[in-house]
Amino acid sequence: MAQFNLKINGTDLEVNVDPQIPMLWVLRDHLNLTGTKYGCGIAQCGACTVHLNGTATRSCMLPVSAVGNNEITTIEGLSESGDHPVQKAWLEHDVPQCGYCQAGQIMSAVSFLKSNPSPTDEEIEGAMSGNICRCGTYVRIKAAVKTASKALNS
Amino acid sequence: MTLLKTKVGRRSFLKTSAAAGGGLMISFSWLASCTSSTSKAEVLAMPEEWFELNAYLKIGENGVTTIFCPNPEFGQNVMTSMPMIVAEELDMDWKNVVVEMAEFNAALYDRQFTGGSQGIRRGWNPLRMAGATARHMLKEAAAAKWNVPASEITTQSAKLMHKPSGKEAGYGEFAMAASQLTPPEEVTLKDVKDFQIIGNSKKNVDGKKIVTGAKMYSLDIQQEGMLTAMVAHPPAFGLQLKDFNPESIRSMPGIVEVFSFKTYTEDYGRNFFDTNTFPELVAIVGKSTWEVMNAKKALQVEWEKFSKQSFTMDAFGQKTEVSVPPGLESSQDHLSSMRREAAKPGILLRKDGDPDKVFREAAKVIEKTYSAPFLAHNPMEPINCVAEVTPDKAVIYAPTQAPGFIEGAIANRLGLTLDQVEIAMTRMGGGFGRRAYCHYMVEAAVISQRMSKPVKLVYTREDDMTFGIYRPAYMATYRAALDEDNNLIAYHVKAGGIPESPLGRGAANRFPAGAVDHYLAEEWSVNSNITIGAFRAPRSNFLGGVEQSFLDEVAEAAGKDPIQFRLDLLKKSRENPVGENNDYDPDRYAGVLELVRDKSNWGESNEAHRGVAAYFCHNSYAAHVVDIKMVNGTPKVEKVTCAMDCGVVINPDAAANMAEGAIVDGIGNAFYGEMTFQNGRPEKSNFDGYRMIRMNEAPKAIDVHFVKNEIDPTGLGEPPFPPIFGAVANALYKSSGNRYYTQPFLKKGVSLG
Repeated sequence: MAQFNLKINGTDLEVNVDPQIPMLWVLRDHLNLTGTKYGCGIAQCGACTVHLNGTATRSCMLPVSAVGNNEITTIEGLSESGDHPVQKAWLEHDVPQCGYCQAGQIMSAVSFLKSNPSPTDEEIEGAMSGNICRCGTYVRIKAAVKTASKALNS
Repeated sequence: MTLLKTKVGRRSFLKTSAAAGGGLMISFSWLASCTSSTSKAEVLAMPEEWFELNAYLKIGENGVTTIFCPNPEFGQNVMTSMPMIVAEELDMDWKNVVVEMAEFNAALYDRQFTGGSQGIRRGWNPLRMAGATARHMLKEAAAAKWNVPASEITTQSAKLMHKPSGKEAGYGEFAMAASQLTPPEEVTLKDVKDFQIIGNSKKNVDGKKIVTGAKMYSLDIQQEGMLTAMVAHPPAFGLQLKDFNPESIRSMPGIVEVFSFKTYTEDYGRNFFDTNTFPELVAIVGKSTWEVMNAKKALQVEWEKFSKQSFTMDAFGQKTEVSVPPGLESSQDHLSSMRREAAKPGILLRKDGDPDKVFREAAKVIEKTYSAPFLAHNPMEPINCVAEVTPDKAVIYAPTQAPGFIEGAIANRLGLTLDQVEIAMTRMGGGFGRRAYCHYMVEAAVISQRMSKPVKLVYTREDDMTFGIYRPAYMATYRAALDEDNNLIAYHVKAGGIPESPLGRGAANRFPAGAVDHYLAEEWSVNSNITIGAFRAPRSNFLGGVEQSFLDEVAEAAGKDPIQFRLDLLKKSRENPVGENNDYDPDRYAGVLELVRDKSNWGESNEAHRGVAAYFCHNSYAAHVVDIKMVNGTPKVEKVTCAMDCGVVINPDAAANMAEGAIVDGIGNAFYGEMTFQNGRPEKSNFDGYRMIRMNEAPKAIDVHFVKNEIDPTGLGEPPFPPIFGAVANALYKSSGNRYYTQPFLKKGVSLG
């Protein structure tokens, strides 16, 4: 066990955990931030995607000891009241079915649009293919990313 | 207008634990901050008091209305569509509706089961009745107060109006008075043409919660004092627990207890959904997921081959002993055992005319054999369950498609009565059939009882994927006989699988049965210790694809356009049907083919390689046209055009979403889906080995169309799934010149065609 000072969603938090524990379980079990989902545990599905200094990162393979001073943002901290343009675009296109993967999808999309504000369809497909949606909402995810891109650029 | 006999229970009459004026799930406190009321609740002013009109709805004094969704939600969006039906007959103003998931209560609700695409079909009348009954009671209450005949009162958008006197009031004003009236014995339902909510797209009521990461899934439940548990199961089918060393992990951080247990009692008569792949498991219980996960990896456990294993099945009171075959099976053996069994005479399911003679004398005979592997469901939320068992009560929070089929097993195993088992249906992170088999709820309950603490049972992804309950492996041989004029004169299907056939009497009576003078359907099966379960459109998910692939080849051999070929057969089936019990409506079947032909501009020149397929199952009709382009030798699905006939469409945009999902799911499984075994051991255990379709492999566009009619609604989650396998195979043929007989189609190292 060791003590770690983390900055999560703009708040300084202190946890006393095994240095090897992945951030996914720190968030879910120790900080009760359960919007970040467990899907595979091996960085294959993207359900656990969070931002590390604004960049999409798979929290299931990120040991707490590797976080250091970097700031973590989870779906709960993406916007004050769920009105980030990407979240709004998700609602406009009524994207979710079961909904379980969507927090990870949204976190990937937000990070991607920061690095590429006006992506082509192929660029969206490439950037988002690390996130599995078992319900198959990909066509709507792509449409929502395009809508969000327009909103962010306007 | 339709008159309907009413039968509506009232929550507070039947459920004594519900608080007066509340009817809320009082005992279910853990999710208090995250029960399923919509995010709209945050902006709507909540009433000070609720008045319950029946089990499906309660109205506040300010008019805000809560509608309960009776069926489990796993992404099919019943949380929105079912309340829409109630709201329609209630004449409710949708923006003042709050939706909550109902409690599981067999006395109050008809069929709290998600499966078979039957939710909307079977819920149609009860849901309409609930809304219409409440509206009737509101009118009665207003009539009494206003001293006018109830027949003169009209309703619109949550308002009661008496035009002759000019009196008008909102529902909230009469909610209390209405709640005290006796429900009418029969009610009048609206005409389809008068629908205002049904048929107009409404956003997913849980959308805001989903995109903000709110707590909705049982895996998200955190409770003071709650323990986390995992179970170790045999790594291969055919193995059972021999021994384990609890001391090997007892001193690891966070570990509280390690013990073995049997999920079911020995003499319990299991129902169809009580599939229990591994009867004895080792439970590892600790304080956090990570600690338990690590301990599970370190646990020293020995497994052994079993020579004998059996259990008791109770099929509607008929008890039988079922033996599980021993042995460690491999996929290679499966293929040869299926081929061997397929070569023997099958079990006759249907015979019209004299197929033997016609096949012998035919001008042309086409014979093809198709196969498909086991599939894992792989819902994104791994199997899990939260249970709190006390000496006189079990409270279970579970992602479950079938609470009614597991409560008996839970009560039996815990030594409680059915009344002492409370089940809360949490939103499921997918199901696809997997969560109809709820052994994990019994497991969580057993562990909680042993620990005398609330317990969250969590399966790792690897546990989930290697625990059995797969889609069966299948094989089918089709034969078609053509006469000299290229008419289809005989048709033969012989299908089987491990451990069950995809055919059965139901599917044997589907198209093209009824359209061919000489028809033969037979089946066979090979037993196995690998457990199986319903997987989106069970049996049809194989048959629909391969049959439609075969018909494409027959149409080509006959020199006919594949859509016209099917339409000609349907015309014959309509005008001069062969045999009896034909299980489809030729007009509606032809309707989706004609619609997809029109919407896809079939027949016009197109750069893409196109394939078509249509199928009828789960009471609905679906047809697809798939456009594929080859890019650097890899097939890319450019577009799918889909036509469906499922009667009245409740929530059109959400219905389109469901069809889009089924299409993507089908393409993924057709291209990549496969579970294989070596010496009983599943060879894939996570998404690194088990390939799931991703965005760059999904269709670039999906265009969904619904046949417009006023027929009572039927299922939607499953029917678009089976035919996509066929449409994909037929488009692949156009792109490569090779026919695709073996699923998955894009498996490396397998020669295709």
